Amino acid sequence: MSHGPSASAGAIIRSGHHDDAPYEPVFVGEAKVRLDELVKRYPRKVGALLPALWMVQEARGWVSEAGMAEVAAQLDVTPAYVKGVVTFYTMYNQHPVGKYLIQVCTTTPCHVCGAEDVVRAFLDQTGCGELGVTSEDGRYTVIEVECLGACGFATPVMVNSDFLESVSADRVADVLGRYR
Amino acid sequence: MGYPYKPHASETLVLSTHFGDPEARTLKGWKDRGGYRALETALGMDPAAIIGVIKESGLRGRGGAGFPTGLKWSFMKPDDGKPHYLCCNADESEPGTFKDREIMRWTPHALIEGCAIGAYAIGAETCYIYIRGEFTEPLQRMEDALAEARAAGIVGRNAMGTGKTINVWVHKGAGAYICGEETALMNSIEGKRGNPRIKPPFPAVAGVFGMPTTINNVETLTAVPHILNQGGAWYKNFARSDNPKSTGTKLWSVCGNIARPGNYEMVMGFPFGEFLRDICGGALPGRELRAIIPGGSSVPIINMEEADRALMDYEGMAAVGTMLGSAGCIVIDNAQSIPRQVARLARFYAHESCAQCTQCREGTAWTTKILERIVAGNGTAEDLDTLLDVADDMTGKTICVLSDSCAVPVVSALQRFRGDFEALITKKTVHTVPVVVS
Ligand SMILES: Cc1cc2nc3c(=O)[nH]c(=O)nc-3n(C[C@H](O)[C@H](O)[C@H](O)COP(=O)(O)O)c2cc1C
Ligand code: FES
Repeated sequence: MSHGPSASAGAIIRSGHHDDAPYEPVFVGEAKVRLDELVKRYPRKVGALLPALWMVQEARGWVSEAGMAEVAAQLDVTPAYVKGVVTFYTMYNQHPVGKYLIQVCTTTPCHVCGAEDVVRAFLDQTGCGELGVTSEDGRYTVIEVECLGACGFATPVMVNSDFLESVSADRVADVLGRYR
Repeated sequence: MGYPYKPHASETLVLSTHFGDPEARTLKGWKDRGGYRALETALGMDPAAIIGVIKESGLRGRGGAGFPTGLKWSFMKPDDGKPHYLCCNADESEPGTFKDREIMRWTPHALIEGCAIGAYAIGAETCYIYIRGEFTEPLQRMEDALAEARAAGIVGRNAMGTGKTINVWVHKGAGAYICGEETALMNSIEGKRGNPRIKPPFPAVAGVFGMPTTINNVETLTAVPHILNQGGAWYKNFARSDNPKSTGTKLWSVCGNIARPGNYEMVMGFPFGEFLRDICGGALPGRELRAIIPGGSSVPIINMEEADRALMDYEGMAAVGTMLGSAGCIVIDNAQSIPRQVARLARFYAHESCAQCTQCREGTAWTTKILERIVAGNGTAEDLDTLLDVADDMTGKTICVLSDSCAVPVVSALQRFRGDFEALITKKTVHTVPVVVS
């Protein structure tokens, strides 16, 4: 949830990268079979909502309104219901993000170990400049994330689904070299 | 143990024995190390007898609240004709805590075994392991291990050839600290927003999908096979002689400004000062330890005088005015500004509030705003009293305790380190903090 005067961590700022291409359904062929299997794990169809949204995000990089509508139709709920759920969770991208979404933990245990310097280094070296803004070349988006559950490996950083441990400011150039 | 996974001689390895050993991850490797013997024993026992052993062991929930596990299991009524559920809480998002991640990365089969035994004991045919979405590696390790366990017939329709159904599924979260709260977790499994529910009804009466449910932390369930293998009396022995209320071993995640961060498995009641200074290596070179948050960010912050006389169990931590919580120990040294760190913690809670309750939504946000203005040098003399006043409104008045959890570090920091806040207000200086090179 994001709300309140100073609760800005994690927000992705709408970036002009909306694609207007017609929506291609995700749940066809193997993906549909997979969804049908997931549904069986729950006594109610809607139990598979979070996994279905993950499937959309894995296929498309983000969850568009059309994606929400497709999930809604699959699970017999309304698109408005799905949107209500999507907006609760920080990991579903409601806007397209750069090729690499970089999430840096800055919660207190990492903060005392210098996480702010790591964030600064990422913002400077990606050209993003600001949190939540996608770089001009569409390559990077940098956001702060709350505790990643790896506090003994300060500072953990996620690049898409890669989980990197013990990233210090002086390792940032090296990390970015691997994500071009 | 610190990294790279070298145990200290004063640790007592039970859950962490195979941390750092990649072979323990596979089914074969796990069986070679004695895995799934406990499940086999359990499936031949009466569920009530299993609960009896867990009660005897004194095992208490490792997710934060410390509720006796055997007692919790006994709330599930056998033969009520309803489907029962077990939910394993692997949301691990309490700042400072990173032990469940290690259990799942290194010994995924240990958790599956604990889940299967727990499910059988409470009469559940389905167990959901709720893993936070950011844990990409633990998610993969658990899925891989579950695929092996299903293929080998350990879990599934005919678990271990006994004809019993024990399905274990991973449910991947999507970024929300609050989903670690047990009723929010159940809503999230049901495909809802992760808002906590009003209790009662308690989960054992109406839990996930409205059915009787037990929720247990990863570490709690992982301890179960060891207890069945070696007996309740064996586990109960890991305790101070004068305190039978806290038993067993506990994983302590130690992070922040400490020489050797890591997960240390300690017997209940070990002296905390010795632990921090000797086993974890004490302060970084040239620094001094100043404050400790011993049980994850939601417990009171203590000073070193208190830390040095604390004992590492539920009662020992309470005796110095704090809590064992999830044993996510955050170490803060003299190079840090305590008001600045508390302000960052408040921002965490403001970000993570589900915003259902007014006291929490407004309280966490205003606490953050006031603390940030103090840190920026714009605080006023009344601000500290306002903070305490807001904290009072946030305590004991909401559906879940996230609100209380934000108030706790603020109030405790004002009790122990008020001078730091006053200095910022009276001198109107912007606190600058030396850069820590990690
Ligand atoms: C805001 C909040 C966050 C929580 N986060 C977690 C968590 O990440 N992991 C966990 O095991 N318990 C967490 N808990 C505690 C659970 O509600 C619950 O008590 C616990 O999972 C029960 O398991 P146990 O008896 O084995 O400890 C949280 C509680 C609250 C109020
Ligand atoms: S605070 Fe950064 S991982 Fe926990």
